[in-house]
Amino acid sequence: MARWTRRRTKALAVKTGFSVYYVLFIIFIFGPMIAMFALSFQGRRGGTSFPMRGFSTYWWEKLLEPSSIGDLQGALARSLILALVVMVITALFSTMLAMAFRRKFRGSNLLFYTIMLGLMVPGVLLSLGLATLMRQIGIPPAWWSSGLGVHVVWTLPFGFLVMMAVFNRFDSSLEEAARDMGAGEWTVFREITLPLILPGIVAAGLFGFTLSYDEFARTTLLSGEYNTLPLDINASMTQRIRPTLFALGTASTIFSFCLIGLFIVVYTILYRRSR
Amino acid sequence: MLQTAPPHAKRHHSGLIGDQPAPPAQDIARLKKSKRDQAIHPGWLVAPASLWLIVFLVVPLIGIVVFSFWTPIRGGMTPDFTLINFGNFFRQEGFFDPEHRNFLKLGIFVTTLWTTFRFTITVMAVCLIIGYPIAFFLAMQVKNFKWQLALFLVAMVPFWTSYLIRAVAWLPMLGRRGLFNKMLMNLGVIDKPSSFFLYSEFGYTMALAQLYVVLCIGPIFFSLAKIDKDILEAARDMGASSYQVFREIILPLSLPGVAIGMIFLFVMLMGEFATAVVVYGGKTSTTGTVILNYYATANYPFAAVNAIMLMLAMMIGVFFILRVVDIRKEL
Repeated sequence: MARWTRRRTKALAVKTGFSVYYVLFIIFIFGPMIAMFALSFQGRRGGTSFPMRGFSTYWWEKLLEPSSIGDLQGALARSLILALVVMVITALFSTMLAMAFRRKFRGSNLLFYTIMLGLMVPGVLLSLGLATLMRQIGIPPAWWSSGLGVHVVWTLPFGFLVMMAVFNRFDSSLEEAARDMGAGEWTVFREITLPLILPGIVAAGLFGFTLSYDEFARTTLLSGEYNTLPLDINASMTQRIRPTLFALGTASTIFSFCLIGLFIVVYTILYRRSR
Repeated sequence: MLQTAPPHAKRHHSGLIGDQPAPPAQDIARLKKSKRDQAIHPGWLVAPASLWLIVFLVVPLIGIVVFSFWTPIRGGMTPDFTLINFGNFFRQEGFFDPEHRNFLKLGIFVTTLWTTFRFTITVMAVCLIIGYPIAFFLAMQVKNFKWQLALFLVAMVPFWTSYLIRAVAWLPMLGRRGLFNKMLMNLGVIDKPSSFFLYSEFGYTMALAQLYVVLCIGPIFFSLAKIDKDILEAARDMGASSYQVFREIILPLSLPGVAIGMIFLFVMLMGEFATAVVVYGGKTSTTGTVILNYYATANYPFAAVNAIMLMLAMMIGVFFILRVVDIRKEL
């Protein structure tokens, strides 16, 4: 009996130790961001580090002036449009690919590794390759053409892996049953398959959206004349760093959090319905 | 394409059945099978994505290889075969210093690639040391599934926010008047602000570790969560100590996850260049920054050579990780 309690005390101690470590870890990964949030409300005469000299929304107001950080609204709009298009294409392509991969077909291995290559190739390499190529052919790069192209190359492996996981756990006997009862392929897909895999499609799309919205390296040389938001942020960093940048960072992070929240709500609803 | 594939499928059906008289009863099973096989030909499903990948992934990569053999001219390049770019990579001493040659010393570009590699390995080690216990805690210590998922998602949140912004967020922490210096001074460890943090190897490594650690926690967590808890219980019942259970069972079974996480980190960190500029002040170059600099000066062939060398180094690295753990066998 005594030994049993000692073992339990020890287990409890280990668990407490790990919990404390987890909290420290969370502070480590969120700490810098929280410091940035605080400093975005830095007083008018304060600098980019602590202490806070008063509290003001001065830097947030500066953020809204068009002159302070390039063409911010335009960059944001472009990033959002790009992310939405990437989201749709990623969801569509991932679903189609995963459907095809349910059966073995000629070249499936090669295709699988090519999709994964998009994950492995550093963004700067892809940027360089395509930018040089387009320059040589004489097509000017633009965020909606070459930018879109490389963004999908980056997001597709994530969406594809999500959809592969979905189909791995998929019960095809439901489709069989529908077919045996005389349903055509399209009906089977619309009535049986699609509702069941919809949460997965949403997840694949969301991967596409957030990865594209934050993507920097792949667009560096390929966005052409107009910047996306990450490029704009990067450009503003080459100037003197001011708390405006922190306000921008905070705004961007809050926006990302809202997206995550929205996604979790949509996903939960769809997942419950598909059960 | 999803919309267009089924009509195509239907066309197949009618062709298959319509050309024949009513099918004999015993053939219905066979027919149903072939109907399913031909329903949506995988070719139609994979064609758009394959085409996309060829245009935006395969062709640019081939382009890099081809361009690395072209001759650089002022403001561009011409398609004359040359090996001079590769020669320069190994030989050149300074950034814009083609005259200075020194065969005994490693060229600046080889050194840069080596520095990139060294940072990558260091950050990978730091991430593994920080990340493994977190994955272990989530998978082994947290018993309630809902808590497990919630705590995992909280740790994953930074992955969904802007990577550049997270790099920027390190600035107030690391500077001479940054939080680290303040804390250490208040604790009495140092008496005047140290420039040890910002634009230093330490600060750079910490920032990179914070940016990328979530990427290795995910795969390790999944491989740990897959371990059958009954095996661990059985080992304990037979008298194995906690350490033995970890050493003999948990660690080997988690290796595939570790390898996948390390490959993720390796390829991301080798191509890293933005953090080097933000947190390291561009004081050192990574091969990524070298590539961009040469692109900016319109020496495309030399940028391509650096890109190829980076790719080779990455392949060698991934190869070694795969030698340690055979992922395909483990999956």
